[in-house]
Amino acid sequence: MIEFHLDPRSGVATYLQIVQQVKEALRLGTIEVGDQLPTVREVVADLAINPNTVAKAYRELEREGLVVARQGRGTFVSNTLARGTIRHHDALRESLERWLDAAQNAGLDEESIRALISSTLRETLARRVA
Amino acid sequence: MNAPPLDARALGKRFRREWALRDCTLTIPKGAIVGLAGPNSAGKSTLLALAAGLLAPSEGSVAVLGRDPLREPSVLAEVGYVAQGAPLYRGFSVGETIELGRRTNSRWDDELVAHACSGASLATKVGALSAGERALLALALALGKRPRILLLDEPFAGLDPLAGREFLKLLMDGVAETSATVVIASHVIADIERVCDHIVLLAGGAVRLTGNVEELLESHRILMGPRRPLGPIRGVSEIVRERYSGRQATLLVKSDDVIRDPSWTVEHVALEELLLAYMAPERLPTPRPAERAALRWHG
Repeated sequence: MIEFHLDPRSGVATYLQIVQQVKEALRLGTIEVGDQLPTVREVVADLAINPNTVAKAYRELEREGLVVARQGRGTFVSNTLARGTIRHHDALRESLERWLDAAQNAGLDEESIRALISSTLRETLARRVA
Repeated sequence: MNAPPLDARALGKRFRREWALRDCTLTIPKGAIVGLAGPNSAGKSTLLALAAGLLAPSEGSVAVLGRDPLREPSVLAEVGYVAQGAPLYRGFSVGETIELGRRTNSRWDDELVAHACSGASLATKVGALSAGERALLALALALGKRPRILLLDEPFAGLDPLAGREFLKLLMDGVAETSATVVIASHVIADIERVCDHIVLLAGGAVRLTGNVEELLESHRILMGPRRPLGPIRGVSEIVRERYSGRQATLLVKSDDVIRDPSWTVEHVALEELLLAYMAPERLPTPRPAERAALRWHG
């Protein structure tokens, strides 16, 4: 089951952090259609956050058609965001790790790596759209 | 049943000649978790004590769950209140304290209290508990009556961060179970920021800011840019705070539209910074000598 974590310094609203973490898990295939999300009480007991916040995150995921709430039973994943088959992920992750090693050997720190990845991602996607 | 959990109209409380709280008008929506913020002796404890029926207003009125807590004290069966420092009988054991709660409350949920106290030994004397354990016990007792509104006065004072987190967990679990509205008074914003979705900011005995946290954060922005004479800025309805360092100006503004002026860098504002700006002394119209009165009342 997915476990949430919070970054209070991220500036991202708590409910959005939960929404994003569910989406990320869906993209990576770590949760799949039919899987249950933790109950509101479980998340609250784990993170010490406002139950209304968890309920709001789950409502948002439901509105986006990613989960369904079943009365008295909990909230279940009803859709996927994984593109391509997940078995390709391992190979892609390996080549990314090799690239990250090369970047570190070239002397780039974490911030430079992030900046390079996000600018390359933006430019590449923009080219494909054009 | 649809009355707001807490509704104050021009509420004021005077101790001898000094006002601890004055002209306080606010409505707390049902189900909210309210951070009652403000510096020491801002009037937070006085507001909670008025809502809990422990004090009579000097002017104005307060209604809890639609009823006046002094004229209709029956409403207090549905109000949970934990005073500062979680006062309990030190000579009682944990078990005796719980038994006292069961016998003195018309509404009592054994299961909820047992769940909340699951970590405690019933034979331990209250006086031998740590500050964190005592706070948890006091909260468990307040939750035991399944309150529709729970008033907590500086519950984190004297708790280390770990005990504070345990307290929040039990509180949030209790809210998930009872759907109670909660008002948490705290002068440390970081302690309540994690959970509160509504803010009431008091300073100098007056309400400085009140509203839904998300809406407040959405309607305020930080602007940074070169120092210059300030004219109207499109999208800005009010400048809450101006700060200057050298040639740099930093404004905290209330915004009613997207700010597109390219000469300003626009950023979001954190809750703590927003509240500090609103409690700044230069925003207080006339300083009232409320501080000493409130201090005296706390003994």
